[in-house]
Amino acid sequence: MKGHKSINYWKSEYIGRTLVTLCGIVIVLTTLAIIAFIAGKGIQSFTVSGISLWEMISSTNWSPNDGHYGALIFIAGSTLVSVGAVLVSAPIAVALAIFMNYISPKFGEKVLRPVLELLVGIPSVVYGLLGVTILVPFLRDSFGGVGFSLMAGIIVLSVMILPTIATLASDALRGVPPQLLEASYGLGSTRWQAISRVVIPAAKKGVMTGIVLGLARAFGEALAVQMVIGNTIKLPEALTSPTATLTGILTMDMSNTLNGTAWNNALWSLALILLVISFLFILIIRFIGNRGGTK
Amino acid sequence: MSKKWRRASFLLTLVLIMGVLAACRSDNSNDSSSEVNGAEISGIVTAAGSTALLPLADVAANEFMSKYSDVSVTVQGGGSGTGINQVVNGAVNIGNSDVPSADKIEDEALAGQLVDNKVSGIAFGIVVNEEVKVEDLTIEQIQGIFSGKITNWKEVGGQDLEINVINRPASSGTRITFDKTVMKDVKINDSIGTNQDSNGAVENSINSTSGSISYLAMSYLVEGKDTSLKTITIDGAEPTTEDVANGSYPFWSYEYMVTYGEPKGAAKAYIDFLVSEEFAEKVDQMGYIPMIELMDR
Repeated sequence: MKGHKSINYWKSEYIGRTLVTLCGIVIVLTTLAIIAFIAGKGIQSFTVSGISLWEMISSTNWSPNDGHYGALIFIAGSTLVSVGAVLVSAPIAVALAIFMNYISPKFGEKVLRPVLELLVGIPSVVYGLLGVTILVPFLRDSFGGVGFSLMAGIIVLSVMILPTIATLASDALRGVPPQLLEASYGLGSTRWQAISRVVIPAAKKGVMTGIVLGLARAFGEALAVQMVIGNTIKLPEALTSPTATLTGILTMDMSNTLNGTAWNNALWSLALILLVISFLFILIIRFIGNRGGTK
Repeated sequence: MSKKWRRASFLLTLVLIMGVLAACRSDNSNDSSSEVNGAEISGIVTAAGSTALLPLADVAANEFMSKYSDVSVTVQGGGSGTGINQVVNGAVNIGNSDVPSADKIEDEALAGQLVDNKVSGIAFGIVVNEEVKVEDLTIEQIQGIFSGKITNWKEVGGQDLEINVINRPASSGTRITFDKTVMKDVKINDSIGTNQDSNGAVENSINSTSGSISYLAMSYLVEGKDTSLKTITIDGAEPTTEDVANGSYPFWSYEYMVTYGEPKGAAKAYIDFLVSEEFAEKVDQMGYIPMIELMDR
């Protein structure tokens, strides 16, 4: 009897615990290894190939054949397209979250939430294809130019990050204690006043986290943006002019350059820059999370 | 009981899968040990690299394998850079490349170890949107268009329509050939027009963008695809085997199969088969230029 029990205890406790711990360690090691690898590769363009870091982040002259590796255009392109996407997407996402939780919870639960989940599941290449076949010709016909543009990238990305922001904002809104809403009604506020002055400020932390996560996703997205943004190596003059992003230049040139060449090293440095920027985003999320607040 | 069985069969499946995987691995590492003479060819050939050469290499692999049943040839894409990388690392026997390996490698000692085997020629066409009313361009006109000096089709004898340049990314083999054979000393202006990642994306945007111009491998334009794109002649010469062979059409290059040292065994037999006279007709059909046509060049 006793022996039987101890075997069960061993099985259900130690095996499980060892497995879970191992998984945890493997994940941590994998992440560290990836970071170490990218950093090691990315630094080579400065240590081995003799490219100056300052030139890389401040010059707009990207011509690898002549040994110029200024990546400012890509950094600016990535930043503009993701910030633009967040500016378009965040208000809509927050509005959706309010609608789902306070205006029409039933419709929100039955229709909106599944639709948002579906949107998350659509692969990015499909967004890119839709962008190329529908959006780009539409932009060309309405605004002139070639259609491949910063605006096309922003629109495609804003649709892609909408569910991320909306889901997180909705969770944050749901977490607001109903007493707050009731107290606000009790003081005689209208529904709009209650939502805009009480509920949203109370859920600010969660909403901000959603927005930063959306921004991070937009920054890292490669394929869909690369398909519609035109990849012209030039700073955009207007929303309708094409430009290039960090991820775009990586996907286009990585498979055609050789390990160890200055060009390849410079691409790894761009990957490192991407990694550093996404770390910044995570730090911002952490900062928002630690600041306390109502929830 | 049934629960135990299920668990046992699950474990068994796992073990089997791992066994199969392990077998695959050992198969791969078991390199081409073969005799070259006569029909005694056997072993495994792995090739990776250029997507421009991929369709031809694939068809050749299939015909080669149906001829010599003891050989297994696997061809993968990945890009010219990937192909050369993998040969250098010893991951594959053959690295397919659109450019000579020395063009990509900075380390000269390493470049000396690699052998570039020419397996075919490939012609590229200057393609434009079908609205464009121009049939022929001179080299100087093309240089003017891609360097941004000529911006309207009326300047080269067409209608009043803005030119939209579509380029491939700077590391693309097609673009490097375009640079070398057509642009020569004139630099492509990257701040005009757009860049498209692949042949398919180029075809797509030429079809949908008015006044657009770009360049595509002729192997991509066979199989009825050329109907929607308009190919332009360069100084009156056409991107055909004939005009390339007689030297009047400049925009073409060799396709290379890069090996580490001289090719041996089954890999050598495969490359020999690709350039052989018996396979030449197929090469021509697929839009490439057979090596026998280029012998005197």
